[in-house]
Amino acid sequence: MKKIDAKEMDFTALNAAIREADGPCCVENCLGQRFIGAGMKEPDIEIFGIPGNALGAYLAGAQITVRGNAQDAVGDTMNDGSIVIHGSVGDAVGYAMRGGEIYVRGNAGYRAGIHMKEYREKKPVLVIGGCAGSFLGEYQAGGLILVLALGAGERPPVSNFPCTGMHGGRMVLRKDAAGVKFPAGVNCRQATPEDMESLSPYIRKFAALFDYDGEALLADRYTVITPDSRNPYKQMYVAN
Amino acid sequence: MKKEGEIRIPSGCAIAAVISKEGKKMTGEKIIAAMRPMHDRSNGLGGGFAAYGIYPEYRECYAFHIFFDSDAARSACETLLRESFEVVKAENIPIRKNPHITDLPLIRRYFVLPLGSVLSRLQLDEKEYVARTVIKINSTLPGAYVFSSGKNMGTFKAVGYPEDVGDFYRLEEYEAYCWTAHGRYPTNTPGWWGGAHPFALLDYSVVHNGEISSYDANRRFAEMYGYKCTLQTDTEVITYIADYLLRRQGLTLREMARVIAAPFWSTISAMPTEEAAQAEYLRKIFPGLLVTGPFSIVLGFTGGLMALNDRLKLRSMVVAEKDDRVFIASEEAAIRAMEPDAVNFYAPAGGEPVIVQIKEGSY
Repeated sequence: MKKIDAKEMDFTALNAAIREADGPCCVENCLGQRFIGAGMKEPDIEIFGIPGNALGAYLAGAQITVRGNAQDAVGDTMNDGSIVIHGSVGDAVGYAMRGGEIYVRGNAGYRAGIHMKEYREKKPVLVIGGCAGSFLGEYQAGGLILVLALGAGERPPVSNFPCTGMHGGRMVLRKDAAGVKFPAGVNCRQATPEDMESLSPYIRKFAALFDYDGEALLADRYTVITPDSRNPYKQMYVAN
Repeated sequence: MKKEGEIRIPSGCAIAAVISKEGKKMTGEKIIAAMRPMHDRSNGLGGGFAAYGIYPEYRECYAFHIFFDSDAARSACETLLRESFEVVKAENIPIRKNPHITDLPLIRRYFVLPLGSVLSRLQLDEKEYVARTVIKINSTLPGAYVFSSGKNMGTFKAVGYPEDVGDFYRLEEYEAYCWTAHGRYPTNTPGWWGGAHPFALLDYSVVHNGEISSYDANRRFAEMYGYKCTLQTDTEVITYIADYLLRRQGLTLREMARVIAAPFWSTISAMPTEEAAQAEYLRKIFPGLLVTGPFSIVLGFTGGLMALNDRLKLRSMVVAEKDDRVFIASEEAAIRAMEPDAVNFYAPAGGEPVIVQIKEGSY
């Protein structure tokens, strides 16, 4: 694997070095460089240090692994590929994501999964191992947001105002979501065996990536939140 | 003015701060280093720093840092200063040549003591007198602008990238127990020296990343109480709000946070009764000081600082620690640039103040 020392390198030079690597590469001493891997189909990129904002924006198939925390807007508008974060992420992870998968071991900040969308076979997946901040899945239009709330203790899996303006896709929370206040336009229910079957590949992959017991995770209770499809806009825009 | 793209934060101002809870002194190199990885958040139209504890030999004096456009402005301002204060020392602020810092004004500092005879005649306390004098200079003396006026602290700012501004002001020669920093990406005003952050009045200083949509409402409120917003830039009004609420109204920092980043009514209704009553009271008493729109700020003051996000948290802010020091920045990379081994990284929720006060007597 080719090593790239990112120390004092600006983001343009770093992305050029990644493209020129012509194969899997490992970025070391990363410190705040933005747009790493933006729009790339390949190669596989492993990052040590702190990647800057918009990591993997418009990602088109490359596999990115971060051995620590990442900042804001990870996977902004990504189309395909995967991003694996071994720490926590800042705000707006998976912003307007249209395909591919993001796995975060730790917590996510505000507005995770804002305006995720799907079309036919393109169904983005965002898995958050810890808890999510406020406005999770704001304007969600498609795809899957899964929050596992591992190590959450007393903290609810999500903070305030989840699913605001949600009109498509699915949100799934492990643990009891009783303390979470949802807007009127969504339905909450316990996960069915069919739900669990569709979730199990992602839960197993999360467990394999971060060394958790996948079977134990699958045995837990999950809450599924979907928009109230009978009349999703009725309560949002008119009161009658 | 940016709207939709703002959430993505492709660029925006940068803020950073470091404080020693033990009051240990730090030179300016580290805070300058914090601004380097955030270079692209600024556009070279403003950078600045606030430093606390840097003038121990003049700790009883108010340190005025002033920009002058001309010698005439300087002489008019010096006349006013001599009528109002005992001027203990007057000098140029030391600078270094930096090719990226151009169009320099005259940059002077004055260590001043209010005259006891004037204070007793006007029946004013010292701070009120100093604040009024600063506002008077800034609103009535063309070509003179007081950009720092606290005791044993100072702000240093210019048009340029923050790392160049820090070099220009030779910040490695100052020792402070608390530093704050700002890189500017002006959205509503052309960048000029006085409009760079921090904004300061007395020992309050504010660095701010964001865009305040309540600016006019806030400005009208502040102007009722004698403040004059001379710059049409939103950060200035936050400084006056801090001075008004903390110094004049005697609110605590937490109460101030509840006023400017007031919780939503729905959030208040879910609070325990006593807390809800207090939050409701503050919203009702100071509705004109609710600050809306995206912001993350660090408010510096003698002996501490407070970091705060808007209640929707439309700007990023990260906090971390190492030994006696607490770090705050728009990006984790900035904190790692100051201290690679910092621990306890944490992103405060919108409206949740982070208050750090240093050990009593250690500054």
